[in-house]
Amino acid sequence: MTKIVVDGIEVDVPPEYTLLQACEAAGAEIPRFCFHERLSIAGNCRMCLVELKGSPKPVASCAWGVRDCRPGPNGEPPQVETRSPMVRKAREGVMEFLLINHPLDCPICDQGGECDLQDQAMAYGVDSSRFQENKRAVEDKYLGALVKTSMNRCIQCTRCVRFVTEVAGVPELGAIGRGEDMEITSYLEQALTSELQGNVVDLCPVGALTSKPYAFTARPWELSKTQSVDVMDAVGSAIRVDSRGREVLRILPRLNEDVNEEWISDKTRHVVDGLRVQRLDRPYVRENGRLRPASWAEAFKAIAARIDTTGPGRIGAIAGDLATVEEMFALKELLSGLGSANIDCRQDGAAFDPALGRGTYLFNPTIAGIEKADALVVVGADPRREAAVLNARIRKRWRMGPFAVGLIGPRVDLTYPVHYLGAGPDTLADLAAGKGDFAPILSAAERPMLLLGAGATARPDGAAVAALAAKAAVAAGAVTDEWNGFGVLHTAASRVGGLDIGFVPGQGGLDAARMAAFGTLDVLVLLGADEIEVAPETFVVYIGTHGDRGAHRADVILPGAAYTEKSGIWVNTEGRPQMGLRAAFPPGDAREDWAILRALSDVLGRKLPYDSLAALRAALFKAHPHLQRIDRITPASADDVHRLASRAGSVDAAPFAPTITDFYLTNPIARASAVMAECSALAQGSAALRAAE
Amino acid sequence: MLHDRDRIFTNLYGLHDWGLEGARKRGAWDGTKALLEKGRDGIINEIKASGLRGRGGAGFPTGLKWSFMPKTSADGRPSYLVVNADESEPGTCKDREILRHDPHLLVEGCLVAGFAMGASAGYIYVRGEFIRERERLQAAIDQAYEARLIGKNNIHGYDFELYVHHGAGAYICGEETALLESLEGKKGMPRLKPPFPANVGLYGCPTTVNNVESIAVGPTILRRGASWFSSIGRPNNTGTKLFCISGHVEKPCNVEEEMGIPLRELIDRHAGGVRGGWDNLLAVIPGGSSVRCLPADLCNDLPMDFDSLMKLKSGLGTAAVIVMDKSTDIVRAIARISYFYRHESCGQCTPCREGTGWMWRVVSRMAEGRAHKREIDMLLEVSKQVEGHTICALGDAAAWPIQGLITHFRHEIEKRIDEYAGRPDDEGVRDPDTVAEAAE
Repeated sequence: MTKIVVDGIEVDVPPEYTLLQACEAAGAEIPRFCFHERLSIAGNCRMCLVELKGSPKPVASCAWGVRDCRPGPNGEPPQVETRSPMVRKAREGVMEFLLINHPLDCPICDQGGECDLQDQAMAYGVDSSRFQENKRAVEDKYLGALVKTSMNRCIQCTRCVRFVTEVAGVPELGAIGRGEDMEITSYLEQALTSELQGNVVDLCPVGALTSKPYAFTARPWELSKTQSVDVMDAVGSAIRVDSRGREVLRILPRLNEDVNEEWISDKTRHVVDGLRVQRLDRPYVRENGRLRPASWAEAFKAIAARIDTTGPGRIGAIAGDLATVEEMFALKELLSGLGSANIDCRQDGAAFDPALGRGTYLFNPTIAGIEKADALVVVGADPRREAAVLNARIRKRWRMGPFAVGLIGPRVDLTYPVHYLGAGPDTLADLAAGKGDFAPILSAAERPMLLLGAGATARPDGAAVAALAAKAAVAAGAVTDEWNGFGVLHTAASRVGGLDIGFVPGQGGLDAARMAAFGTLDVLVLLGADEIEVAPETFVVYIGTHGDRGAHRADVILPGAAYTEKSGIWVNTEGRPQMGLRAAFPPGDAREDWAILRALSDVLGRKLPYDSLAALRAALFKAHPHLQRIDRITPASADDVHRLASRAGSVDAAPFAPTITDFYLTNPIARASAVMAECSALAQGSAALRAAE
Repeated sequence: MLHDRDRIFTNLYGLHDWGLEGARKRGAWDGTKALLEKGRDGIINEIKASGLRGRGGAGFPTGLKWSFMPKTSADGRPSYLVVNADESEPGTCKDREILRHDPHLLVEGCLVAGFAMGASAGYIYVRGEFIRERERLQAAIDQAYEARLIGKNNIHGYDFELYVHHGAGAYICGEETALLESLEGKKGMPRLKPPFPANVGLYGCPTTVNNVESIAVGPTILRRGASWFSSIGRPNNTGTKLFCISGHVEKPCNVEEEMGIPLRELIDRHAGGVRGGWDNLLAVIPGGSSVRCLPADLCNDLPMDFDSLMKLKSGLGTAAVIVMDKSTDIVRAIARISYFYRHESCGQCTPCREGTGWMWRVVSRMAEGRAHKREIDMLLEVSKQVEGHTICALGDAAAWPIQGLITHFRHEIEKRIDEYAGRPDDEGVRDPDTVAEAAE
């Protein structure tokens, strides 16, 4: 620790701190534009200048280390002034320089109200301009469907350039020209190819980069802000849902160091317009092959009529990818009330069995733990598309220092270099047997990690592949008491929650694929399950939000609430239960899913014993106490993985297939979104271009 | 006045053979092995004792700079010597003559300096516009390799590789850290300091960047002794120096002279005097375009060295003396210099990116007289806001000429403004305040 005096206050800070950090530790506020905690230091905006005693010039505090300060002549700690006339003068100067070429278009700028430049001009600027020349004009750039540019406003802080280069890993932005002609551009003005590009809008301290879909929609002070959890993938990114009246207008990231830091994927951010269209806002009943709007009573009657004449073994339920734990719990109770064991939350057929222990299906190393790992093998996964934010964490680890990444599965660009090991289970078996070049790298690592994706487990021999992967992890020394490097990357937000409450076939029950098959069931309840094709003849009850695949197949549609319209718990791939809050109300007659199930149970004469969400949660927590520990992980035992590793099974040699063919269209909400459709088309276009080269 | 026997650059004008044979005849490569036998500390102490100050402009003691390099590599990183031959300062043309006519002095200097700082390789970054100079330098290096003077297993017993890198013609790449960036293949933008190149330089390894002239004089100093070098010139400003005299003189020239030679003597003796006589002198920019200009009344008894010029708030810089006689439109001249800095600003940091353009526009208006007198003080203030607030010294370099102009020729600007405002057929520049009042 080093002593330093900031504005007369002595603080003791680590020597690797920058002056800016030291000043903040002493409670001084330092304005900044280019500096960002998660990006490299550029030191170019010069807004953070402070006075360092003994230095003739003010120094940029973001870039000056505490250890670079010289002590006074008698060994006194270095002195920093953040409020001296010299500093105030310097800040006013920099502010004036930033503003001389910045347009005065705050009234029509989307950044207004949440603009760093606006705020800091108020706090540190002067009241008038001395600039009598013409302002610079810069041509706007095309960056794709999500990021709108207004380059006149750019202050060349290069945060966006550093973000796409460092965090997103697609060096597609840069600065051309020099001096006052310097411009930020994507060189060829093609759409950015990153799944994280929306974050540059948050990073931009001015209105140069704003959200294209959200353009001119609302002012920040009109919005009510609700904390929630993202369900587009199994990462469970922390989000803030901004709504006005009944409408969700935008989604922004919230800080959660353990999960998403402060990034979210573009699907998380821009799925918003999908929440408004294609919505199921009233029940429907299929009559003579056509869906007819109906009342809730009619719909329930139609279901009851069918269920009453069906034997328990011929009824089943499949939970979709976006379901909350509460509604799955209620559905499970309902089905067991009806005497059926046919329930499944794994509509993609992922072969995880909760009976083997939580450790066999959790992302045991945890997302923050990726930074501690020193070697990684990715098996049958494409983290860049399946969990873009988690992939950014892997990339962060790779940037921190030597980090070998092996890849078994489809060849994909993960934004960091990988050792491509092979395409399928044979390679995995070799790895488990210690053969090949990568096995020694993995074994030599202190904290090796194995990331098992849905491409490897969502197949008929998935259980055997998972066992093989566990074997490889154990063989590499990745599963010990101190470090559990066996990580399963799920693709669905509901998956771990469903497995945690045992939403899998009971004794003699059918799994999802067999329930959907012809002739196995008479009544099938789909709780937002759209990614599975149900065979004809089965009577399908669809509880969901969008007129998507499930609704098209349904015989009765019960309109539910989307994830922004209900409070619920989702368990992310690490096994971290997180609660989302309601930001808006479901449209029309639609209701919260748990309430629908509760009402249906009454009609069916198997009334569920809870009248409120709180009572439902009480019952849930009683049955599964670990879900009560919101935001905290209840770690699984390493023995689970050892047990899984000891299981035998024959694997098919077929290569692992990609699970996500289109990142932008993985769920009903995203498929309803015009923005996601445009992104998808752009991505396909650029993929085709690359293929043509 | 420097005696011929004390000259280091004996082929400055290219009258003799530039090649190895000719250089050897003039004393280069003579007993270089013996120089290296003085040892690293021996060489550095000798250079320190000679009082040699960096010839690139800032005047930092060269021996001290070399001594910052790590004595041994603790972590396996090699050390590098980088020679800054990106001579782009307007008015300066001294390094070019060394590259063209006496390249072996530089090559030998690189070996000696590289040895003194423990560098395994040297890179010479040559300005983009210097095509022939680069060819000549490369030829000299090839000769040196051929004669096994440098390279692996050379006759001097110290393995040292020397590479020439050709820049692309950006002024900012003459800034030492921008030069390193450019050398690494990146955009030439200055780095933040600290860390200084001696810790983290080229490719993250300890590096010293020196001017061509500083390196080229090294072997001669060692051969003739520190006391010889320090006996020339004035205290703390020792040795000989290449002066580039351009502008309104009868015979513009490069000349090697004693440090501290009076400006008038320099101009009269070597450049044939000011055009139209000494009394016709208006101003002098003593050290390349980036230093503050000095009016004639300060030039009468002016020793040309670092400290004397510093006292006048100007600087020796690269010792490029730009002479302007009374026919000069000094405001326009400074406006042109200001344009140069606007054009060469890299755009990385705010004050320089925005300030150079602002200053250029205002001073250009002033050159026409299309300005207000109160804008003179504003301009001065803007230049003060640029100075010292930037990452590298280009901000200072852009601010100083304007500060020099306002300090010494404010009356000239005011006169220009009065003339412009006095033209009855011309609308003149409108004061926004009075326009607003008239509109009400």
